[in-house]
Amino acid sequence: MLARKFMATTAALIIGGAAWAQDQSIIVQSTTSTANSGLYDYLLPIFQEETGIQVNVVAVGTGQAIRNAENCDGDVLLVHAKPSEEKFVSAGFGTERTDLMYNDFVIVGPAADPAGVGGMNDVQGALAKIAETGVLFASRGDDSGTHKKEMALWADSGVDPTAASGAWYREIGSGMGATLNAGIGMGAYVMTDRATWISFGNKQDYAITVQGDEDMFNQYGVIPVNPAKCPSVNVDAAQTFADWLVSDEGQDAIAAYTVADQQLFFPNAPD
Amino acid sequence: MQSIADALGLAAKLVLSGDPDLFEIVLLSLQVSLTATVIACLVGFPVGALVAISRFRGRNAVLIVMNALMGLPPVVVGLLVYLHLSRSGPLGFLGLLYTPTAMIIAQIILIAPIIAALSQQVIEDLHSEYSEQFRSLCLTRVQTVQALLWDARYSLLTVGLAGFGRAVAEVGAVIIVGGNIDHLTRVMTTAIALETSKGDLALALALGIVLLVIALGVNAAVHSVRMTAARQAYV
Amino acid sequence: MSDAMAMTTASDAVDAQKMPILPLAVRDLVLRFGDVTVLDGLCLDLGASGCTVVMGPNGSGKSLLLKLLHGLMQPTAGQILWDRHGAADVTARQALVFQKPVLLRRSVAANVDFVLKVRGKDRARRNALLDHVGLAHKADQPARLLSGGEAQRLALARALATDPEVMFLDEPTASLDPASVLAIEQIVSEARDSGVRIIFVTHDMGQARRMADDVVFLHRGCVAEHSPASKFFPEPRCDAARDYLNGRIVV
Repeated sequence: MLARKFMATTAALIIGGAAWAQDQSIIVQSTTSTANSGLYDYLLPIFQEETGIQVNVVAVGTGQAIRNAENCDGDVLLVHAKPSEEKFVSAGFGTERTDLMYNDFVIVGPAADPAGVGGMNDVQGALAKIAETGVLFASRGDDSGTHKKEMALWADSGVDPTAASGAWYREIGSGMGATLNAGIGMGAYVMTDRATWISFGNKQDYAITVQGDEDMFNQYGVIPVNPAKCPSVNVDAAQTFADWLVSDEGQDAIAAYTVADQQLFFPNAPD
Repeated sequence: MQSIADALGLAAKLVLSGDPDLFEIVLLSLQVSLTATVIACLVGFPVGALVAISRFRGRNAVLIVMNALMGLPPVVVGLLVYLHLSRSGPLGFLGLLYTPTAMIIAQIILIAPIIAALSQQVIEDLHSEYSEQFRSLCLTRVQTVQALLWDARYSLLTVGLAGFGRAVAEVGAVIIVGGNIDHLTRVMTTAIALETSKGDLALALALGIVLLVIALGVNAAVHSVRMTAARQAYV
Repeated sequence: MSDAMAMTTASDAVDAQKMPILPLAVRDLVLRFGDVTVLDGLCLDLGASGCTVVMGPNGSGKSLLLKLLHGLMQPTAGQILWDRHGAADVTARQALVFQKPVLLRRSVAANVDFVLKVRGKDRARRNALLDHVGLAHKADQPARLLSGGEAQRLALARALATDPEVMFLDEPTASLDPASVLAIEQIVSEARDSGVRIIFVTHDMGQARRMADDVVFLHRGCVAEHSPASKFFPEPRCDAARDYLNGRIVV
């Protein structure tokens, strides 16, 4: 009996997998930080309740999310690398980019703070000091939104950390969580978005050492994938989702999401 | 380490509380990997047997390729399948990317070479014992393959198990082609990868322990079947 | 017992429309492996019926001769002419019983079923064949748990299931107890009496005397002597055979 049910569902998976994934559902190519922080687990049930649309989230780095969307393997793009996003739209892959919400980046480090950057709010100065003292720094190194932001900040600080790649500068080549695990394991400073950090479960003796610089502002944008480039896109459902996120209701829901009594994302969609 | 004790407790709690999300993930893992294993066996057993009993030019090259494919990195398989199933790829019109079917396809590609190569070795050993008797009986090639596959059935069960073990434990391929989508394509290994990336090591480890227990159960079941067969000298 | 044999005879009648594959003429047969010459210009003529016992010291090529005659190997040179002209499909019309029976990893009954099935024979004969070799009571048991004698009887049942015109036996009773030896000899004798041509390799002198209609003695890659049993045992003509019969070491 159980075996038969098992076979039936398996057959259904094989035969119906395609259709099932399409009709009442969309795929969001998303950055990991929004997924890992649990935001979607909070938002999506509310959205689905209202519209009946199932949202399937593929959480990868911003760079890979954009490439997947360019391959038409998604209906909505939700990432945080504004220059790349604008290029995505101008190349015709997306219909329109809208600011959705922001949080900020922070640099976390071990309690001993070997580089002595604790309490600094000048991020460029802090990075320069880390480079100078040669204390380990773990980078995403994966072309993600966080990585792009980090590289821009290094450039502003006048240090080319890639020259020391493999020495004090460690390019992990992984997602935010894996980079935090690795960085904490080796006692390195890590730049992360605040939302991921607050909900991260393996902090050990790490704490935020650098924060508060406006240059560490982290803007998220939402872009429906353009049906002119990608005919397979579920246009109506994708637009419904993007519209809902920037609506008052969606923005309120984003603001209402907290972890450990801290708000993770700050809605800032234009009215 | 504290987290291992935590993980054991958490694993027990997850299983005993009948956590529906956990059972959904476990069931999908089993469905995907068992389906992939069955299909890979249907392909791999006859191919392995045919290579085992045939002598042809380039046979050594075929053997080398088959054995090399055993070491296919899952990520590479995942990428290849992604490139084909992507909307912009040649099979994109099927709309299979980010579905369990895509995960099954990737795992089939990953384990079919393992099953073919291992069954080739099993069948070749058996064939060296049977071949004169079979030639005396004037068996056709198809009859020979059928008889060898049947008589090697318990050894092939272990071969299938090796394939299943690799399928159910790999993460590199399914996370690319499945996307680790909650309630759709999230399986044990991608869930473990996700919890690890969230830094929730205890939960990741607990899921790993559940996966291990499932693997133990499947292996114990196959082992007991083999023991029964061995008592009848069928192995 | 007579059931199985009766059916064998019946299907022989069908096969009789084909030309019989006997008598056999072997001409200048040579078998070499690299520098080692096993058979060196062997000639042999065998008649249409009876039981031929092939004897000779170890390494004289008895087993390899059987495989050559059965078509499992190709000679280096020379001719094997079944029906004196060289019938093509000889392997399928013969059966070979090996010294160590190769039994499938299945039940006793399934071993016979397998042969009946692949050779397109009447599956209903299985029970009669098992009965004929005295294994009906073991039909459902795993074949590979049979004793040595039982295993060889099962091999004989499988061989008979193919309705062979010629049955080769390669030391089938080596290392079996006397009761098993007699049981196997009886099955083989009955096959011969029903018209199956028997070619039997053995080292057992008593067995050779009991079974042989004629004896082929191999020595140094050739037929040293081929005589009727009634002549061979009392007065072998060649020295090697005389020494062998007297228990002297022959090389």
